[in-house]
Amino acid sequence: MKYRIGKSTGFQVLTITLAFACVVPLIFILIYILQAGITKINWHFITNLPKPVGEVGGGIANALLGSMIIIGCASVIAIPFGILCGIYLSENKTSKLAYWSRLCVDILQGVPSIVIGIVAYFWLVKPLGGFSALSGSAALAIMMLPIIIRSTEETLLMLPDSLREAAYALGMPFHRVILKVIIPCGISGILSGVMLSVARIAGETAPLLFTAFGNPYLSGNIFKPMQSLPLLIFNYATSPYNDWHDLAWGASCILLIFVLLLNIFTKLITRKWKVQL
Amino acid sequence: MESTVDNNLITRPENILGRVITSAKIRDAVKGIKRIKRSHRQIKAENVFRKTIIIIALATVVLVLGIMLTLIMQSVLSIKATGIGYLWGKTWDPVRDIFGAYPFILGTIFTSFLALFISIPFSFAVAIFLGEYYPKGWLPNLLKNTVELIAAVPSVIYGFWGLAVLVPIVRSLETKIGVQPVGLGIFTSSLILAVMIIPYAASLGQSMIKMVPSNLKEAAYSLGATRWEVIRSVILPYTKSGLFAGILLSLGRALGETMAVTMVIGNTSLIPKSIFAPGNTMASVIANEFTEADHPVYLSALIELGLVLFLVTVVINMVGKRLTKQFTN
Repeated sequence: MKYRIGKSTGFQVLTITLAFACVVPLIFILIYILQAGITKINWHFITNLPKPVGEVGGGIANALLGSMIIIGCASVIAIPFGILCGIYLSENKTSKLAYWSRLCVDILQGVPSIVIGIVAYFWLVKPLGGFSALSGSAALAIMMLPIIIRSTEETLLMLPDSLREAAYALGMPFHRVILKVIIPCGISGILSGVMLSVARIAGETAPLLFTAFGNPYLSGNIFKPMQSLPLLIFNYATSPYNDWHDLAWGASCILLIFVLLLNIFTKLITRKWKVQL
Repeated sequence: MESTVDNNLITRPENILGRVITSAKIRDAVKGIKRIKRSHRQIKAENVFRKTIIIIALATVVLVLGIMLTLIMQSVLSIKATGIGYLWGKTWDPVRDIFGAYPFILGTIFTSFLALFISIPFSFAVAIFLGEYYPKGWLPNLLKNTVELIAAVPSVIYGFWGLAVLVPIVRSLETKIGVQPVGLGIFTSSLILAVMIIPYAASLGQSMIKMVPSNLKEAAYSLGATRWEVIRSVILPYTKSGLFAGILLSLGRALGETMAVTMVIGNTSLIPKSIFAPGNTMASVIANEFTEADHPVYLSALIELGLVLFLVTVVINMVGKRLTKQFTN
C-alpha cells in the first residue's frame, strides 16, 4: 500500500516538475531577448534606416513601416473574407458546401507557411513581374483566413437562436439580421480571432522570403519589394556582422513585445466577454 | 414630387369637384409605392448578400484546390525528369542536375520525430497537470496561458535565440562526448522544435482529459485505486485517441516549421550520418534555395518538395482532426 501511494506521489511530483519545466525555455528566451534588445531601442533606432556594415548606429525604420503596410494589406484582404465565410458556415451548418468549405479551412490551417509562400510566388510575383509587398500580404492573408473563419463561426454558433428568431419576427431581411444583430452580439469573439490572426502572421517569415523579399531602403510602394521585421531579423541574424546582430536583437525585441502584448490583450478580451475560441 | 401632385390637384377642376382622390390619399399611395420599392430593394440586397457569402465559401474550396493544382502543375517538370526515384535519390546536386530528395526527407523525419520524442513527456505532463491534478486556480491558469504563449513567439525569434544561445551549448556538449563540434545540426533544431510544439499536444490533451466522465474515475477511486493508477488505467486508455491526435497535430507543426530549423540546422545537402550532423529539412531547402534556383528543373524540383510536404501535412492534420472529432462526439 505504501509502495502504491509512494508511486502515486512520485508520479504527481514528476508531472508537476515537467509541466513547469516547459515554461523555463520561454522565460529564458524572453529574458535573453529583452536583455539583448531593449538597450538597442531608442528614437534613433526606430526612425533611421539600417547603415552599411562598419558604420555605427542605424535603425529599422524601413522594416517597421514595411511590416505595418504588409500586415495592414493582409488584414484588408483577410478580415472581410474571413468573417463572411464564418457567417456562411454558422448559418448553413449542414449544407454540402459548408462541409467542403470547413474541410478546406481545416486543410488550410495545417498547410506549412513556406508552401503558401511558393503558391503566392506563382500567383502574384510571376504575373506581376517581380517581388512585391502585395504578394507578401496575399500570402499572409491566406494564413490569417482559417483563424478568422474558425473564430467567427464558433462565436456565431454560440449565440442563442432566439436572438435570430426575434430579429426575423420583426421582419428584418437576412442581411440586416446578420449585420445589425448577430455580428454586433458576437463582435468580441470575432475581434479576438482577428487579433490572434494578426499576432500569428506578424512574425511569419517563410512566406515573405520569396514574395515581399526585403528591401534595404524605405519604401511605401506595395508593388515593389518591401522589408519587414521578421525578414530583417532573419537576414541580419544569419549575417556574420555584429552590428547587424545588434539591429536584429532590437528588432526581435520589438516584434516579440508586439506579438506577446497582442496575445495577452486577446486573452483578456476573451475572458472579459466570456467568449471561447 | 409630392408638390407637383398637389399642384395638379388644384389646377384640375374635376379633381377638386366630385372625385374622392384627396392629396392625403395620394401621399399614402406614394408612400406605399416607396415602401414596396424599399422592401424590393431589401429583398434584392438580401439575395446579393446570400450569394456573396456562398461565393466566398466556395472561394475557400477553390483556394485550397488552387494551391494543390499550382503545386502539382509547377512540379510536373521535375516529376517528368526524375520520376518516382526522386523520393529516394541520394544525391542533390543542382549543378549536375541530379535531384534526389532522400537527404531532406530523412532530415525532416529525424528532426520532427526527435523533437516529438523530446516534447511528448513535457506536453503530456502539462495536459495531465491541467486536466487532472489542478484544473482550477490561478497557478494552473497562469501555466496554461504561459504554455499557450510558447506558440505565439515567432519562429524566427526561436531561430535567432537558438543560434545565439543553444548552438554554443550544443557545441560544448559535442566536444564533451567527442563528436565533431559544429553546434549547428539536427540535434539543435530538434531541441528548438521540441519547445515550439509543446503547446499543441498539451492544449488538446488537456481538454481531452477534462472530458473523461467523472463516474469512471470515481468508480476506480472507490475500488481503492491511487491517483497514479486512475491516470494510468482509466484516464490514459480513455483519452488514447485524443492524445494521439494531439501528437499528430504537433508532428504536423514540426514537419512544416521552416525558419527556426533553417537557421540552426546547418544547411548541407549530404545525408545526415548521426543526430549531431548538420543536414537540411524539406522546408529549409526550399527557404534556402528557392530564390537561387536558376533553371526550371531545379525550381520545379524544389516545388515538388513543397508538394510532398503539403500532402504529408494535409494527411497528418486530417487524421488528427478526424480523431479529435470522433473523440468529442
